[in-house]
Amino acid sequence: MDFALNEEQQQAAEMVRRFAQTEIEPTIGEWDRRQEMSPDVLPRMGELGILGICLPVRYGGQGFDYVTLGLVCEELERVDTTLRVIMSVHMGLCSLTILQWGTEEQKKRFLIPQAQGKEYAGFGLTEPGHGSDAANIRATARREGDTYILNGEKMWISLATKAHNFLVVARTDPNAKPSAGLTAFMITSDMKGVTTGDIHGKLGVRAGSTGWIAMQDVEVPAAYRIGEEGEGFKVAMSALDNGRYTVGAGATGLIRACLEESVAYAKQRETFGVPIAQHQLIQQKLGYMSLWYDTARLLCLRAGWMKNQGLRNTRETSQAKWYATDHSVMAALEAVQIHGAYGFSDEYKVERYLRNSKGAVIYEGTSEIHQLMQAAYALGERTDGKLRCELPAYDTEAWQTE
Amino acid sequence: MRIVVCTKETPDTAAKVEVSADGSVSWGDAPLVINPWDEYAVEEALQLKDRGASGITVLAAGTEVTRDALRHALAMGCDDAVLVDDPTLEQADTLLVSKALAAAVRKVDDVGIVLCGRTTTDGGSGLTPVQIGRWLGWSTLTYVSRVLAVDFAAGKITVERLLEEGRQVVESPLPVVISVVKEINEPRYPSFMGIRKAGKAEIPVWSAADLGLEGVAQVQWGAVSAPVTRDVQCEMITAVSVEEAADRLAEKLIADKVV
Repeated sequence: MDFALNEEQQQAAEMVRRFAQTEIEPTIGEWDRRQEMSPDVLPRMGELGILGICLPVRYGGQGFDYVTLGLVCEELERVDTTLRVIMSVHMGLCSLTILQWGTEEQKKRFLIPQAQGKEYAGFGLTEPGHGSDAANIRATARREGDTYILNGEKMWISLATKAHNFLVVARTDPNAKPSAGLTAFMITSDMKGVTTGDIHGKLGVRAGSTGWIAMQDVEVPAAYRIGEEGEGFKVAMSALDNGRYTVGAGATGLIRACLEESVAYAKQRETFGVPIAQHQLIQQKLGYMSLWYDTARLLCLRAGWMKNQGLRNTRETSQAKWYATDHSVMAALEAVQIHGAYGFSDEYKVERYLRNSKGAVIYEGTSEIHQLMQAAYALGERTDGKLRCELPAYDTEAWQTE
Repeated sequence: MRIVVCTKETPDTAAKVEVSADGSVSWGDAPLVINPWDEYAVEEALQLKDRGASGITVLAAGTEVTRDALRHALAMGCDDAVLVDDPTLEQADTLLVSKALAAAVRKVDDVGIVLCGRTTTDGGSGLTPVQIGRWLGWSTLTYVSRVLAVDFAAGKITVERLLEEGRQVVESPLPVVISVVKEINEPRYPSFMGIRKAGKAEIPVWSAADLGLEGVAQVQWGAVSAPVTRDVQCEMITAVSVEEAADRLAEKLIADKVV
């Protein structure tokens, strides 16, 4: 068994680390305090190719594999969760879904500009009254000739006011069982009847855009339907297999951030005449954080490896996301505790880490949903059938051919 | 005209370098990276290519581990790379390294400019660029902070040097050896495409024999020791304004007879 990352994966991660450290880290605390997203972040991530990291070159991407996507997410969230959130919605939930389910025309229309960073993408499944209960969403789509008319509201949408394109799910058949009556569509923010807004006063991810999309009689060309009518739930759940992977990998970076900041502080801060790193109860916290980091990383790497191989990974991705996000909250709590009163103020970064960590145990499947999923697998009550369109396995030649 | 960038691998700047009693130098598990100063040289080479240079070759004298530094330069956008690797060069000092690099430069066609970082973060002598220039018999312009004008067709370059005394503008015929300071530019990150291309690039190895350097004497290091560490106390001077902080700092420096 080979646990080594190849040179390209390591260099890509290093490049993103440098970008985040050099260009984001110095000012992220200020943007967080202002509850605004820096206007430079998205254009810069697009310019550097981060927004197309694991998409084939022929679709405007950079041709790297799914493991690299995870490493990039880890490096981004090492600096701030909002950076990784961009990858979760733009790449994990939207672009990879188009790669998996989209027609060639849809890939040309949406995937290429998204991979090139010329257009940003979001994902609209959650509604004001439906999160975990995704099969019962209320948004509707009514077919009229070559057009669908969409109505409804989507809530807690990352990049709501920044994205050009959204993958949304709406009910096309009110008479079918809830999960069978849904259909997925690409809509654009400039379509008549689409309005968006940001939500302020969030606990965390304050330097990012989180908001809502309202759709009022939005005319969507039938050519923008992703998958078949009635396949929307499957499309959405497969999107989550990729979104959750980026969330887990990012949370791994957040654990690392907590560990690194805590180690540095513990070596420098003295109590009772010695650095607090010499106190065993501090060491215990560092020891656990180190274990959580390695475990989360290994779970995410396994999920990434399975994606590369073209193996179904719903169970493994759910496990990685559940473990990494739960433990990023625990790591952030311990990091604040190690920092003592200073950790309680925004003078130190761990305060932001703790606030940022909480969202990820709620979105893309609450920790409770993941526990139920894992129990269902363990009890033999859940198996994953073959999808009509699977996420394509990573193929170096196919990905890197221009 | 072509540009050659000379580089090497150095321990990461965050590494804790230690010298043991037997004189061996170690830096723990810290990774080796491209010498940070050389990234400015690579960036300048890339900008000079935009100003008319025909291509960029990156050279390093080292061993297999040096390939990462070369690949980094390729990933930033250099066209090709050559590793100069020979047992003769093990433990080489700057005089021998510069001799090997100068010989390698001669093997590259139509070189107009050799670019180096001001110094390296390990040895830190800053001698190599000057010695390369001397071996080649070319003008050497050190501490360059700006390339004001370059005309490859006319074979002429005008640069600004950043010296302790101030800025100096000098003009030189090409070919020339240049060492750059970090004020010259802001190095770009390696691009993803560059990383992939660098990963696939063939990096040829030139031996001492390839460079006509057979029989050069190997360097023996008599003794290596760590510099004496000084116990430094750090005192933060705080004030409500920059001006007040500056005044307090000045008073402190005068009181302590530093100035």
